[in-house]
Amino acid sequence: MAKIIVDGTELDVPPDFTLLQAAEQTGAEIPRFCFHERLSIAGNCRMCLVEVKGSPKPVASCAMAVKDLRPGPNGEPPVVITNSPYVKKAREGVMEFLLINHPLDCPICDQGGECDLQDQAMAYGSDASRFAENKRAVEDKYIGPLVKTVMTRCIQCTRCVRFSTEVAGVPDLGSIGRGEDMEITTYLEKAMTSELQGNVIDLCPVGALTSKPYAFAARPWELSKTETIDVMDALGSNIRVDARGREVLRIMPRLNEDVNEEWISDKTRFVWDGLKTQRLDRPYIREAGKLRPATWNEAFTLIAEKVKATKPKKIGAIAGDLASVEDIFALKGLMSNLGVKNLDCRQDGVALDPSFGRASYIFNPGVSGIDTADVILLVGSNPRWEAPVLNARIRKAWRLNGTKVAVIGEQADLTYAYDYLGAGVDTLNGVVDGSHSFSKTLKDAKRAIVIVGQGALIGENGAGVLSLAAKAADAIGSLTDEFSGLAVLHTAASRVGALDLGFVPGEGGLGLAGMLKPKALDVLFLLGADEVDVPAGPFVIYQGTHGDRGAHRADVILPGAAYTEKHGTWVNTEGRVQIGSRATFPPGDAREDWAILRALSDVLGVKLPYDSFAQLRATLYAAYPHMAAADQILAGDVASLKSLAGRGGAVQAGLAFRSSIENFYFSNPIARASALMAECATLAAGGKLEAAE
Amino acid sequence: MSVRRLAAVQPESFAFTPENVKWAKGIIAKYPEGRQASAVISLLWKAQEQHGGWLPEPAIRAVADMLGMAYIRVLEVATFYTMFALQPVGKHFVQVCGTTPCLLRGADKLMHVCEKVIGHQNHVTEDGQLSWLEVECLGSCSNAPMAQINYDYFEDLDPESFEKLLDDLRNDRPVKPGPQVERACSGPVGGPTTLLDQSLYDGSVVGSWKKRFDETKAAKEAATVQAATEAAKPKETSPGEKQAAKQPTDKTKGA
Repeated sequence: MAKIIVDGTELDVPPDFTLLQAAEQTGAEIPRFCFHERLSIAGNCRMCLVEVKGSPKPVASCAMAVKDLRPGPNGEPPVVITNSPYVKKAREGVMEFLLINHPLDCPICDQGGECDLQDQAMAYGSDASRFAENKRAVEDKYIGPLVKTVMTRCIQCTRCVRFSTEVAGVPDLGSIGRGEDMEITTYLEKAMTSELQGNVIDLCPVGALTSKPYAFAARPWELSKTETIDVMDALGSNIRVDARGREVLRIMPRLNEDVNEEWISDKTRFVWDGLKTQRLDRPYIREAGKLRPATWNEAFTLIAEKVKATKPKKIGAIAGDLASVEDIFALKGLMSNLGVKNLDCRQDGVALDPSFGRASYIFNPGVSGIDTADVILLVGSNPRWEAPVLNARIRKAWRLNGTKVAVIGEQADLTYAYDYLGAGVDTLNGVVDGSHSFSKTLKDAKRAIVIVGQGALIGENGAGVLSLAAKAADAIGSLTDEFSGLAVLHTAASRVGALDLGFVPGEGGLGLAGMLKPKALDVLFLLGADEVDVPAGPFVIYQGTHGDRGAHRADVILPGAAYTEKHGTWVNTEGRVQIGSRATFPPGDAREDWAILRALSDVLGVKLPYDSFAQLRATLYAAYPHMAAADQILAGDVASLKSLAGRGGAVQAGLAFRSSIENFYFSNPIARASALMAECATLAAGGKLEAAE
Repeated sequence: MSVRRLAAVQPESFAFTPENVKWAKGIIAKYPEGRQASAVISLLWKAQEQHGGWLPEPAIRAVADMLGMAYIRVLEVATFYTMFALQPVGKHFVQVCGTTPCLLRGADKLMHVCEKVIGHQNHVTEDGQLSWLEVECLGSCSNAPMAQINYDYFEDLDPESFEKLLDDLRNDRPVKPGPQVERACSGPVGGPTTLLDQSLYDGSVVGSWKKRFDETKAAKEAATVQAATEAAKPKETSPGEKQAAKQPTDKTKGA
């Protein structure tokens, strides 16, 4: 630890702290543009100048380390002053230079109201310009359909360049030219290809990079801001939904060090236009092969007729990927009241089962466990598309900690270098018995994580592969009481919650494959389940938000609420219980899903024992106490993993693993309804879009 | 300096010649594994040489591929350094220095000559022989005003000699690089004005300063000998001691 005096307060800080970090410990606020905690230090904006006793000039505090300061003549700690008139004058000088070439277009700038430059100009700006020459003007660049550029506003902080190179790992952006002619651009103005590119909008301290879909839509102070949870992938990124009236206008990340740090993927950020299109805003009934609008009563009466005429054995229910824990709990309650045992939440047919213990289906080391891992083995997973923000975290570990990454499965561009071990089961077997050349590295590792993707667990081999993966984790010494290295990476936001609730076939009940066999069922209830192909035969009740695959097959449609339109709980892939809130109301006649199920239960004569959402939650918490512990993880039991490893199971030799995500931008009904996601998918597929401007 | 952009018309492709590939491999091998990107400037420069003095876009990609760099990283380098010409240049690429010393000595007149003979900056004459550019200080201030044409400096120019020089170049007549007036390198015009004494150069004064050392040395030796003889004499009366002690000092001075 090193001693330093900041504004008269003596501090004890680690010697590698920068002056900026040390000053923040005392609560001093230091203005900055180029400095960002999660990016490398550039030190080019000069806004963070402070006074250091004995230094002939002001010092850029973001780039000077505490250990680089000399002590006083008698060994006194170095003295830093952040609030003297000298410092203020220095910063005012910097600000004046920044403003020389910055246009005075705040009234037409989308950053207005949340602009770092605007805010800091209030503190350090002068009221008039002394600059009589021509201002610099820069041509706007096309860098993709998501990020709008107004390059004259750029102050060359290079945060975006550092983000795309360091965090995203896709070096698209760069700064060409020099001096006054320096410009930020992509190579020949091609669209950026990173799936995290939207984060440069948040990083940009001025209005140079703004959200293209949100352009000129609203001012930040007009928006109601709701903190909630993302459902686009199973990471459960913490987000803030900004809405005006009934309309979601944008989605931004929230800080959560344990989950998404401060990044979100483009799908999370830009999916909101999908919330407005293809919406189911009233009940529908299929008559003579065609859907017609109906009233709630008509729909419920029809369902009651069908359900009452059907034996429980011939009724089934499938929970979708975006459903909240409360919805699934209500559906489970309804089904068990009806005596239905044909339940499933595993739309992709993976072999995860709550009977193996909670540890068998969660990301045991935790997302933040990636930071301390020394080897990561990816089995049948492409985290770049399954959970982009998690992939950025693996990249961070690889880049900063020297974590080794190895892959069994598809060879894909993951934005970091990895050892490719093999394609599938045979290689995994090699790791288990230690015959593979990489096993030694895995065994020598102190904290090795085996990440198992859903792609490896699909189908009849799934159970065997899961057991094999547990065996591999055991063989390399990653299943101990202190550290459990088996990590299941989910792709569906609802999945862990549904497994926690045991939304799987009851005793003698049919699973997904059984339910989808022709003539297996007479009535099938889909709670937002759009990823399954229902055969002709059963009467399908679809409760969901979008006119997607499930609605096309449905005989009755009950319009539900999307994730931004209801309060709800989601459990992310590491088993973290997170609570989301309602930002807007569902459109038209659509209702919150639990309320629909509650009303339906009354019509069916099997009334659910709660009348309000609070009562529902109380019942839920009584049955599953860990759901009450928001932002907590109920840890899995290592013993259950050991017994899982011992289970074995038939695995077809030579089986090759594939990622379960076919198209990142089309993985759920909301994304499929989004025009922007379609545009991104076209670009990602190598298609060319005409530059819009 | 103005905004530098890639040329609007670009060749289809670019590939290093086999000799240049071999040369490039040698350059890359100078850097440790994982640091190949350090060779980027050398390779870009070679690409520019090979491609008639300017750097086309396919060459940027070719260099990036050779070094495992992102295209944008190489573009950053190519646009940063003004020695990489991004627009086509003439066979003789005239870079007129326009920084203060040259300008004080009439570089503006040279630029007028360029405007007259060649045209605007970055414009290549129709015969493809000439193009010109104003550049910052080329470090030949003592010979101002000057211009760099391809690899050679042409110094101490005036509008007439410069116009003739351009005409000679255009017609591929031989030209003399260096000062265009009677002067060697940055020496005085018309020949040297100091250090004219021929004896400085015939060797006659060489080593004359060493004589003083020999003299001092001989004197010292003589003094030592003198002191030794005095000491060897049988001891005399004590009153003489003072004098005897004084005498050698005097003698040394005298010698």
